[in-house]
Amino acid sequence: MIRAAVAAAAALLILFIVVPLVALCVHVAPDRIVHAVTTPMGRDALRLSLTTTACSLALTLALGTPLAYVLARSTVPGRSVLDAIIDLPIVVPPAVAGLALLFAFGHFGVAGPLLDALHLRIAFTTTAVVLAQLFVGAPFYVRAARAGFVSVSRTLEEASETLGMGPLRTFARITVPLAFPVLAGGAMLAWARALGEFGATIMFAGNLQGVTQTLPLAVYLGLQSGDLELSASLAIVLVAIALAVAGGVRVLERRAS
Amino acid sequence: MITFTIRKQLRSFALDVSGGFARGVNVLSGPSGAGKTTLLRIIAGLDVPDAGRVVIDDEVVQDAGHRVPAFRRGVAYVFQEYALFPHLDVLTNVGYGLAAHGVARAERERVAHGWLERLGLAAVAHARPGTLSGGERQRVALGRALAGAPRAVLLDEPFAALDRVTRERVRAELAALVATLDVPVVLVTHDDEDAAAFDAPVLRMEQGAFVN
Repeated sequence: MIRAAVAAAAALLILFIVVPLVALCVHVAPDRIVHAVTTPMGRDALRLSLTTTACSLALTLALGTPLAYVLARSTVPGRSVLDAIIDLPIVVPPAVAGLALLFAFGHFGVAGPLLDALHLRIAFTTTAVVLAQLFVGAPFYVRAARAGFVSVSRTLEEASETLGMGPLRTFARITVPLAFPVLAGGAMLAWARALGEFGATIMFAGNLQGVTQTLPLAVYLGLQSGDLELSASLAIVLVAIALAVAGGVRVLERRAS
Repeated sequence: MITFTIRKQLRSFALDVSGGFARGVNVLSGPSGAGKTTLLRIIAGLDVPDAGRVVIDDEVVQDAGHRVPAFRRGVAYVFQEYALFPHLDVLTNVGYGLAAHGVARAERERVAHGWLERLGLAAVAHARPGTLSGGERQRVALGRALAGAPRAVLLDEPFAALDRVTRERVRAELAALVATLDVPVVLVTHDDEDAAAFDAPVLRMEQGAFVN
């Protein structure tokens, strides 16, 4: 009886996830999908999504890795506060995040005078797209990477150092390879979150084709302008990219372990 | 030759010792929690004393406002649980210290193979540490520590993780091996039988101080 109830609950949720995605895919013929990504709007959105998520992922890794390591290894008193700050972007609604970024880096934002003095404009540019993605995606990587680094015994790093490897080489040869599956999983989550980013982007970067209109924004605009086929086609492209990367990371993880 | 004067506050008492370890085997014995491991870690550069000085072969590696990091001390440390790198095979583990010092791959593997032959580990050269027995792991840890030609070798409870039978055999092997080394070897143990098995000076430590 209980077993049947558990099975039913599990099946219901799986169906709930699969049915909409299948419905989306059967909605559009394959040649229309190819056509959609060759339209100026589709092509620009695809290019912009791939380049901006590559940039935000690179920033996430470069800035998030040292932070995750410090959080994993240090015993400083403020650590739990840092942990809470890292979790904030995950719980804050994306639209709120976009508004907050606007208040920080917009023309009238707190950093506005400084950015003006440097002749930098961030809001409503491609840079804003990358920053919005960094804001919402980075915490997923930092959380995973911290857990990954915690799982690597400090004694292994000490052993490496007593054998003559400095801290950076020890990190590259011991810590990263041992934490790799977790790091890759976290990077994938952060990247996927960035790829799907919508709310913060539209608030902070706008919806300008070729400049700030990423795939999710193009999907939204397609629907708004009544071009349901274009909208669905680009949506399928998004799903396909995400699936391909998720699959690739699984393969990498399996090879590493 | 290692000489030291060290003070470090531990949880319930202070480690407060001064002395030295000459070439050859030195046994450091005493009950668990006496501060033996802390002394070893300070010599290796893994822990920082509150005050004091450590000198290895005329080089001051620890003094007020001066600290040579662990990776530049040339002090090999064999950890209680061996701390073998689980993602690297036995050969790469043993050659790790040579890689750290920039020795080319071919030479590194030649030297590492030599150590594996000597330690009876040639058959498991390409195995991962996780597949080895306790006695084999201990020998890999020892080979890894010695292959880089260290200035001193510190062994923290090298028999603690072994069962009784393996322990006696490994003790004899280790005694024969370290007798051939021309550097200070410090062997930490809480077991008096271990201490007696080595024909070596024994320093006894209790509550952070030497009691001889």
